Amino acid sequence: MDIVRFISKRSFLLGLLFLILVVLVTAPFYTSGYFVVLASSIFMYIVLAVSWAIFSGPTGYISLASAAFFGVGIYTSALLGGALPLPIIIGIGGLASFCLAFLVGVLTLRLRGIYFAIFTFGLVEILLHFILWWEVNITGTTGRVVPTVDNTTVYYAMLVIFVISMLTAYFIRRSKFGLALQSIGDNEEAAAHTGVNVTLVKVTTFAISAFFMGAVGATMATRWTYIDPTIAFNPLLSFMPVLMAIFGGMGQLYGPVIGASFFTLLKQYLTTTLAKQGLGELYMLIFGIVLVAAIVFLPKGVVGLIQKWWGRLRKRTSGEQHANS
Amino acid sequence: MLVTILDVVIAGLLMGGIYALIAMGLSLQYGVARILNIAHGEFIMLGAFITWTLFAVFGINPLVSLIVCGPIIFIIGFLLHRSLFTYLKISSPSPAAFEGNSMLAAFGLLFIIQNVAILIWGAGIKSYTYLAFPVNIGGAVFAANRLVTLGFALAIGVAFYIFLARTRLGKAIRAAAQDPNTAGLMGVNINRVLAICFGLGTLMAGLGGSLISMMISIQPTMGLEYTVIALIVIVIGGLGSIPGSFIGGFILGLVGSIVTYIEPGLAMVAYYLLFMLLLLVRPKGILGK
Repeated sequence: MDIVRFISKRSFLLGLLFLILVVLVTAPFYTSGYFVVLASSIFMYIVLAVSWAIFSGPTGYISLASAAFFGVGIYTSALLGGALPLPIIIGIGGLASFCLAFLVGVLTLRLRGIYFAIFTFGLVEILLHFILWWEVNITGTTGRVVPTVDNTTVYYAMLVIFVISMLTAYFIRRSKFGLALQSIGDNEEAAAHTGVNVTLVKVTTFAISAFFMGAVGATMATRWTYIDPTIAFNPLLSFMPVLMAIFGGMGQLYGPVIGASFFTLLKQYLTTTLAKQGLGELYMLIFGIVLVAAIVFLPKGVVGLIQKWWGRLRKRTSGEQHANS
Repeated sequence: MLVTILDVVIAGLLMGGIYALIAMGLSLQYGVARILNIAHGEFIMLGAFITWTLFAVFGINPLVSLIVCGPIIFIIGFLLHRSLFTYLKISSPSPAAFEGNSMLAAFGLLFIIQNVAILIWGAGIKSYTYLAFPVNIGGAVFAANRLVTLGFALAIGVAFYIFLARTRLGKAIRAAAQDPNTAGLMGVNINRVLAICFGLGTLMAGLGGSLISMMISIQPTMGLEYTVIALIVIVIGGLGSIPGSFIGGFILGLVGSIVTYIEPGLAMVAYYLLFMLLLLVRPKGILGK
């Protein structure tokens, strides 16, 4: 009878999360290699979407720099791969992105709204074109080979980054720090007046979110074997996390997770089944239609929809109880 | 030496004319309708492909097809605003939310338009030759189509400016840009004016695309580059300032031409550096309020 109340319990939720974690950790032992590869891609997009939402969700600053941080991670991996063990490379990739984001954050403090979005988008393009020019004219080679790592190792590395980024996002939301971020999003001047160190909070959060993007880039690079600036700094990767987070909904932590999983699976499904019928190009078209439809029909994302249904279900069961007693 | 300088300057002005035209379109869309149209370049691509089709299949003069191309793309833009963007405007809780939502919706449009174009025309590169004979200006040699393009870009820009400054509809557009609510109270049909603005923005993109197709080869994925250039220009000129975009286009054309002369690979990097520096030092742009 009381299933709604049972599911709402904290201990149930913790148990469920633990179960999911156990399943994910043991998955490579009993699933196919295909699952491991696909799951790594899903983790990649989840981390990108979640870490994008850490900063942009509460503050409302639309950052289009994800591809820049991701690309810095990729290049770290390409430059250091083979010379150092993977966890250290991932850490350095994350740190490099962290530093870049910190610098960008300090530079762009005065920019609000659409200006911030344009500036961050410019960052991706300037890195892309500069490195391209550098490789063509200074080093004389375009593209690099990244030493590969086996798929299971990549899977576990991604799993660890995924868990850490989720925990970080969770604790930021729950802390005073998260409240400060929220207040910046509501009204930046008011936040500053109530004693929030607006600069520090904004720049730090931006850099933390960049850390995870860089770490993911450094890890995923090992799967691609060959990279060049147009692969590493693909502007599409700036827009994808935004789309995924908005589609999933940023009201709850699990929103970007839903969005990222949905789109990665959709992409996988469309590119494999449609390509078989020779309609591989349709993938991006459907993608665009889903994006427009999501913005029009799901302004609060899937999370908003779930909460609406959940609220109704709750009301109905509590109403039944009332009638019984 | 003098000829080289002349060469670089004229090349910059020739490219600047196109930049100015497409940037004015984007500026109008952002300045009045508050839509940062990431899909702007796709309308440029559409214009270029319609012109190419008319020339390659029906043998129609590209300059004549400006008259065909313009209205088609205007109607597409007008209807898009009437349906999609008007709906978003009503459903968004705040103007800031509308700016974010409409930018993302435009991003979706980018994919839709680009991939429909690939389905229709294929992903390959297309080109045709029109007025490609050389013209000598004081020692510097250019293809005639570049001069024609500059002439048309200038004429369209000036005509548009006069339209804004002198006509009744132009006045309504300026009023809507300043204060949409008050303009509405004064009897301006605000939704219609915004849709016209968006349509005019796409129109200019389409005309720009038509002109571009005369000079260089085209492909369905060419759009984003021009969107980015238009964005840089309107930041140089000040977001929403039409004369600013016009001047900004020529400035960017000159910068591009000078940098290309010194170090060909760095033109895009120079654009971005200029753009980012400007955002940091003077985010309102050169002519911004």
